[in-house]
Amino acid sequence: MSEVTAPQATQELNLVEAVDRALGQILEDDPQALLLGEDIGANGGVFRATAGLEARFGPDRVFDTPLGEAGFVGAALGLCLAGLHPVVEIQFDAFSYPAFEQLVSHVGRFRWRTGGHYGLRLVVRVPYGGGTRAPELHSDSPETLFGHVPGLRVVVPSDPVSAGRLLVSAQGCGDPVVFLEPKRIYRRGRSPVPERFGPTELDRAAVVRDGDDLTLVAYGAMVELALAAATRLEAAGCSARVLDLRSLYPLDRESLLAAAEETGRVLVVHEAPRHCGLGAEVAALLQEEVADRLLAPTLRVTGMNMPFPLFQNEDDALPSVERVLAAAQVMLDY
Amino acid sequence: MYRQLVLIRRFEEHAAEAYAQAKIGGFLHLYIGEEAVAVGAINAVRETDHLLTHYRDHGYALVRGCDPKACMAELFGREDGLCHGRGGSMHLAEAARHFWGGYAIVGSHIPIGAGMAYAMQYQERDEVVLDFFGDGATGNGIFHEGLSMAALWNLPVIFICENNLYGMGATLAEESPVSEMRIKAEGYTMPSIQCDGMDVLSVYEALGKAAEHCRSGKGPYFVEAMTYRFRGHSMADPELYRDKSEVQRWRVRDPIPSFGDWCVEHGVCSSQELAQINEEVEGEMLEAVAFAEQSPWPDPAEVGRWIYAKPIDPESPARSEGAGAAVPLTSDAGV
Repeated sequence: MSEVTAPQATQELNLVEAVDRALGQILEDDPQALLLGEDIGANGGVFRATAGLEARFGPDRVFDTPLGEAGFVGAALGLCLAGLHPVVEIQFDAFSYPAFEQLVSHVGRFRWRTGGHYGLRLVVRVPYGGGTRAPELHSDSPETLFGHVPGLRVVVPSDPVSAGRLLVSAQGCGDPVVFLEPKRIYRRGRSPVPERFGPTELDRAAVVRDGDDLTLVAYGAMVELALAAATRLEAAGCSARVLDLRSLYPLDRESLLAAAEETGRVLVVHEAPRHCGLGAEVAALLQEEVADRLLAPTLRVTGMNMPFPLFQNEDDALPSVERVLAAAQVMLDY
Repeated sequence: MYRQLVLIRRFEEHAAEAYAQAKIGGFLHLYIGEEAVAVGAINAVRETDHLLTHYRDHGYALVRGCDPKACMAELFGREDGLCHGRGGSMHLAEAARHFWGGYAIVGSHIPIGAGMAYAMQYQERDEVVLDFFGDGATGNGIFHEGLSMAALWNLPVIFICENNLYGMGATLAEESPVSEMRIKAEGYTMPSIQCDGMDVLSVYEALGKAAEHCRSGKGPYFVEAMTYRFRGHSMADPELYRDKSEVQRWRVRDPIPSFGDWCVEHGVCSSQELAQINEEVEGEMLEAVAFAEQSPWPDPAEVGRWIYAKPIDPESPARSEGAGAAVPLTSDAGV
């Protein structure tokens, strides 16, 4: 299983190709795994995340569903009860809302409610977020809707390798996982990925750039933006750490607290609306645990408290490097 | 089957008494009057066939063989309950008996049954899925999504609609454009049959036919059992929406004495034997209540156990079996 056991041939893939490869690996390794969703079969999914998989594994194992997310997420729960390990694709972020009932009322609490009789090995993949010039209801960031549900895990990759490794790990963890894929960076460029994705710890954030003066906490497509901001900050003499959360529920408290203690300033960046966003949870955690170690209040650079705007106003609504730099400056000047 | 009918009735009468004494908290939805459906249906299929039900679920658990003591303790919210006091009255479940639970949200288990049936077909298992719901559920979109997938993929699932004439406090006329729910299945080209839900033999016969259909690969089947609940929607229901005389008229058709009479008339057993059964079941139920009463409450420190496969968060009560230990799964279909 592990990618460290032997040197492996690598290939350059973008994020969506890495997802495709990871799904192929899951189907190869786990005879109980199967994929379902809208247009994922012959079409390979609207984003091509399942390209070639129906041909490789057959139409019984990689199959199209009717356009009813509540129904097919419910059906996936039923597949789990029969001992299968489905991976569901929900075509766009907001299409997860019809399935909310199944995820919240049943999927998240099944193991608990049955007193441990039965746990669900289910992954629900959701391409999410803005920045693609897609309209409202095709650009939402619903992470805290799901991150508020005990029993569900919420995982977000930020690059091809983390996408592959986190997806493989999510599928094997034994808990239901909402796996949010930042579609804005699906084709952002290729990076070398291993022949096979080894498992990784699901609950761990990753320091993707180290620094001493400030920590930028981000996930998904915002990691790239945080890295760009960190480069600009460095030019201005500020050493910024970038912490990629990866797991939004549960949160890697240890890494967050370490970042706060070591850099004294934590700035959270997310696309989702500010109100009750993940930034609020991070800020509250730091306030509760390490308030006396902070050199500045924890600030948030986020999407706006509004429905996601149409393409012409999208850039105004989304976090930008400039907004991150401005907030960082406030914190450095505090 | 007579014993099972009495078992459900007496179990629920004792539960109602305990609820009135505040020994059972939350809500309590009684199946009294509809017992013939669970008994007739479950006896007509194999033990390995799968059951999913609405929240009025005590009867299915008992007929499937779940321990009445554990069921009663679950209603009492105790640690020895069928689900360790986590699921409560509406979420009885026992994986090992292929009883996949009651579901509190109306209709939401209908596509879950379709998914299980997909798995039966995919895994080439000779098992069928029984998906029980009420007439009220057919007004929910999820009902249609479930039936649609089942028909589309030709799945071995039997949809059993218990038409008890009321969706909570709404009459059929108020909740549905058609009074016979099987008509809704026709749109999905699903064969259907209507049976007398007050007559255990009528249900048994209908389910036998439906199961044979499903098991022979002909796809889903819809059974509509015409029935009536003698008690309110829940214990809190003042029943202002129906006339007491209507309830009385239906009580004349009580499935238990009717079937008892049938048994005696057909020489299956004597009335003494029936009385004996009644007495035995009553004894068992007294035991079940006593068992539930003496069972401990779940330890508050453990109330968050089983939320995740492994403990995840020091702040949350979520915990599992302890580091590295697998969560025990009693089903052969385990994760």
